[in-house]
Formats: sequence, structure tokens, C-alpha cells
Amino acid sequence: MTYDIAIDGKNYRLDLNQIDGRWHCQLDGREIEVDAVLARPDVLSLRIGNKAYEVKCERVVSDLHIWVGSVRYAAEVRDPRSLRGRARAVDEHGPKKLTAPMPGKVVRILVTQGAEIEAGAGVLVVEAMKMQNEVKSPKKGTVQKILVNEGAAVNAGDVLAIVE
Amino acid sequence: MFKKILIANRGEIAVRVIRACHEMGIAAVAVYSEVDRASLHVRKADEAYPIGAPAASESYLNIQKILDVAARSGADAIHPGYGFLSENAKFARACADAGVKFIGPSAAAMDAMGSKTKARQAMERAGVPFVPGTSRGLESFEQAEEVAARIGYPIMLKAAAGGGGKGMRLVHGANELKSALEGARSEAERSFGDSEVYIEKAIINPRHIEMQILADEHGNTVYLGERECSLQRRHQKVVEEAPSPIVDPDMRRRMGEVAVRVAQAAQYTNAGTVEFLVDQQKNFYFLEMNTRLQVEHPVTELVTGLDLVHLQIHIANGEPLPFTQNDVMIRGHAIECRIYAEDPDNNYFPSPGKITLLLLPSGPGIRRDSGMYEGWNVPMDYDPLLAKLIGYGTDRDQAIGRLTRALNEYFVGGIKTNISLFRRILSDADFRAAKIDTGFLDRLLARKDDHAVSPTDPQATEVAVIAAGMFAVLGQAAAGAGERPVLSGTTDKQSAPSNWKRAAYREGLQ
Repeated sequence: MTYDIAIDGKNYRLDLNQIDGRWHCQLDGREIEVDAVLARPDVLSLRIGNKAYEVKCERVVSDLHIWVGSVRYAAEVRDPRSLRGRARAVDEHGPKKLTAPMPGKVVRILVTQGAEIEAGAGVLVVEAMKMQNEVKSPKKGTVQKILVNEGAAVNAGDVLAIVE
Repeated sequence: MFKKILIANRGEIAVRVIRACHEMGIAAVAVYSEVDRASLHVRKADEAYPIGAPAASESYLNIQKILDVAARSGADAIHPGYGFLSENAKFARACADAGVKFIGPSAAAMDAMGSKTKARQAMERAGVPFVPGTSRGLESFEQAEEVAARIGYPIMLKAAAGGGGKGMRLVHGANELKSALEGARSEAERSFGDSEVYIEKAIINPRHIEMQILADEHGNTVYLGERECSLQRRHQKVVEEAPSPIVDPDMRRRMGEVAVRVAQAAQYTNAGTVEFLVDQQKNFYFLEMNTRLQVEHPVTELVTGLDLVHLQIHIANGEPLPFTQNDVMIRGHAIECRIYAEDPDNNYFPSPGKITLLLLPSGPGIRRDSGMYEGWNVPMDYDPLLAKLIGYGTDRDQAIGRLTRALNEYFVGGIKTNISLFRRILSDADFRAAKIDTGFLDRLLARKDDHAVSPTDPQATEVAVIAAGMFAVLGQAAAGAGERPVLSGTTDKQSAPSNWKRAAYREGLQ
């Protein structure tokens, strides 16, 4: 398998193959000796050379975080051959979904459908554990649709509004 | 002894009390709101009863519903935990009226502590030290000058009707007094319609140190040593330790004796905590009494070898304290971290949600009091305290070492927690040197986090890249309770994948 992996804004090309339970790994064309055991779901025990690492995988909504020891890395994994990867790149220019960052309650809607808004402008306010958090528009555009009402309970990842 | 105890609480403290009940051969009754059906305390209890809507006023704060459950379940005592109804005199009285023993002080003792003026008069008679000052408003500038000179600068002027810092002035010397007094008075008049101002000695960067007491129903009261609780954020304690690094045996005895006098002045029974402000010269002043079991009680348990919840139950059962003051020994050092569901990268905003992965610390000197488990959805309706991690050692350095090690083992995935904050605190040079006060945490947070930006191992990023690829190759088989696989065509985020779907997907892979 070949993946394009982005971590902290830097891109890496990773070739990974599992043959007879052994991993063959090339990172940006460099051969790396790796030995891995999946200790339990989401936890890998890695040996690179003789150094040992416990690596955790955390998936929240659309984010993928890889923890090496106590340090967190936000990672994006793409299969360069898949259509989805390309489709996603096009997606950047189309309508943008605003999703709830956490489960909570919509306490206020700050804009009306059809309103023109700037990137970073607040669209709605979601409350959880007695604290309020503003959900901001990721881009400049028009509020195409607001999909929730004030007072609605929402889950993490629920689509709240669409900005075109 | 009681046969059955109802725990009128949730989260880690409910689990803590249920454990104590089981250790003593007592059945435990849980109550839960609609969003807490899957909570750990319900799983651990012998009986569990729903008490209504998520809002605390509809459930955990609803006296009638809780007493109904006590009657239905046949519980003969109620442990209130902390928060919710634990310091509610009306609830204690209602329990007594219903013939159920409230495990805590009497309603009268709570009332005495709740009323500032009554408590203060009783304490003054008992010789309890207060922050020096006038309790009544100043009549003139001359009087202000005289009082300030008597108690010594710096002093604080405070609006009698005040709150939120309005009408307050810090005065460093006599030359500043006149303009400060005029300023405070006019601000108090504008803000509260009342220009009354009083003087208190200003305590700059105080420590917050509290004394644990226990009193039985036969007139015996003992103190169990202090807890240092100076590490606070927005008046919320974050790290507590016992003993305090600045309290020596003589100071402990003096503080302890004052705490016992405070408790006796209110005819206090059961477990309680007397809070003090301590200035840089180690003078201590009475702040308030907390009439409940404290969140941070485990550090006292570790250094005294006593179980406070067991003792609370024995005291409520009418038994005399099984030891005297001379039997209480402080041994070793314990530090507690309060693990909250909050996001350190987003101004410590609460972070409820599903715990997708939970790796637990263990080993020598580690105690973990927790209300969470892997796969549990942390509800958004309550206090964000998830668990308490406590390190114990022969001395403070060893306790810090063990706690740091345990924090590195602890992993909570799927939601954000403040675990990284504790790594910062425990590695801070001032903390290690025990140079702490109530301003410590704000100063630490105002500095940039020099840990997060520079991972110690330059190879770690490459490790992350390789691991990300491996998790993608392993796909569903490597995925835990998370939202979705790393790479997958089915990105239906609206509905979490059902077990049927997962099984079908796995079979499709074979």
C-alpha cells in the first residue's frame, strides 16, 4: 500500500507492505526496519531499530490523531490512487458543512439563512457543561442552510449549517 | 450497622462510596438521571433507580425524588457525596424527618456554618483567627488611617455590599489611603448604591491550606492533618497534596486545634474541612468550613492510613471514634490530580463525548478514583470531573516521580482532558521546589507551553507517520470504539456504525 500522509503540514510518502506477518516499510524512499504488534484496537507497539514506542490512535469526528508516547500528532492519510482523495480536493471550493465540535445544546443562532458572512464569523453557539462555544464559518460566503433550531441537542459531528 | 445506603450522587464519588459500602458488607443503592443510565455508578451498585431528567434540579437536586427512592429501596442511610445536596441543610432535615440517617453533619451545624455573621460570632468567642480588619463600615478617613496603621499595610478596602472586585482597592501605604478610600467609596456607590467600605489586611499571593476534621456524636473531635490546595484555576482546585510542604508539626498542631475549635463551636459531627488562608509569614486565617467529604480526601487517606468514608459511616451509625488525636500519624506524601474533561488547547473548554480508548496507570504508589470507562459517553450536563489520579511516596519527590510516571501511562482517547496540564505542573521548577500559592497556576498558564512545541524525540514524527499508515492498512481490525476507520468509503457520520454493520464489514474483508 502507498499512502500520502500529512503531519503538521508536512507531507510524507509511505510504502507499507505486510508479507508473512513482517512489515516492509519505505518512508520517502528510505527503507526503515519496523516491527509492529497491534496490542489491542487503537494501540500499536512499534520497534524501529531497537527503540520501542507505544502508539495510540484516536479518531474524533473527522480528525485522526496519532499519539507517540504523550505527544499528539494530527495526521491526514490519503491513498493517492483512490478517487475519494481527489474528490475531496475539489470539495474545498464547494459548500462547507459546519459540524458540532462536541455534543451539546444549540443555545443561539447568530445568522439568518441567506446571510453573507466572513470567514471566522460566528454562526451558532453550542453549550456543553455550562460553557458556551461559538461555531465559526470556515470560509467567506452565504449561509445556504441552517439545519438546527435553538434549543436542539446535537452530537459531535452533526451538521449544523452549510456555508456556500 | 446500616443494611443499605443510598448514594445521592453520581460519577467518581458515587463509585467511591459504593466501594466503601461493599467493603463493609452494606448494600448500595444508586440513583441516576436519564443521561446517566450507562454511568459507572449504576453498574457498580446493588440497586439503581431512575430519578428523572438530566437537569440536576430535576434529579440529583430533587429532595423528594431521592427520599422516595430511599423509602422504596428500604435504605436506612443516605450518603450525599460532595456537591449536589451535600451541604443542603433542608435535605439533612428532610432525611431526619423521613427517618433516614444523613451521613454528614446535622442541619443545625450546616446552618451555623452557612450564615457568615452567626458563624463569625461563635468563632470569635472560640478564639479563631480571622483576617484582621473591621467587620463594620468605616465612618471616617481618620478611622481608616487608625485601623490601617493598627493592622499594618498592605491593606484591602472592600465594599460591604460588594462582589466581583468592584469597590475594592489594594493600598500599599498610608500615602495612598485617602485617594483609594474615595475611589472605593464612589465606585461602591455607583455599583451597589451603597458607599459603605471596610478594611481588611491584604494577603498577597496567599496559600490555601485546609484541615480535615472528624467528629463523632459523643463529643470527640480530631484533626487528620492538612491539605495544600493552592493550585487553583478560577477558584477551582486542580492539584492537592498532603502534607503541605510549608507546615511543620508545630504549625499543624496549632491549625488543627483551631479547626477542632471551629467544629466544636458549631457542634459539628462527621467529616468536615476547615479552610485557611496562609500568608507569607505563615500566619493562618479562617476562611470557611466545608460541611462535607471533600473531592481531595484521598490524599489525607493515603498519608494517615485511614478510610474517611468508612469512618463517616461508623460515625453516622453512632459509634465513637476508634482512635484519639495521639494515634493520628502523618506518613509519606500524597498528591492528587483532578482529571477533567476539558480541552487545554481551547481555553479549557469542557469536552464531553465518547471515550474511544482508555489506558490506565497502575503500579506502586498509584491510586485512581474514577467514574469513567472505555466506550462511555461523558454527558454534557454535569461537572467535568472524570477521575482523580493520586500518587503516594515516601517523600514529596517520590510522589511527584510516581505521579509523573503514571500520567505518562494514562491515556484517555476520544475526548480532551487536562492530563497534559499536570505534566507541565509536575515538571515546573517552582512546583518541584514547593514555591506555590493561589496565583501559581494563572502565572504558569500565562507562560507559553514550552513542552508541547518541542517533542523530546526528533524521530517521533516519523514514528507517527509510520503508525498512521499501519492503522490505515490494518483498517477496521485495528479500530476501537472510535467514530470511524481511518480510511473507509462509508463516511456516514450521522449514525454510528452498528455492530451488525461492523460484523458485516469484517466478514466482507475475509
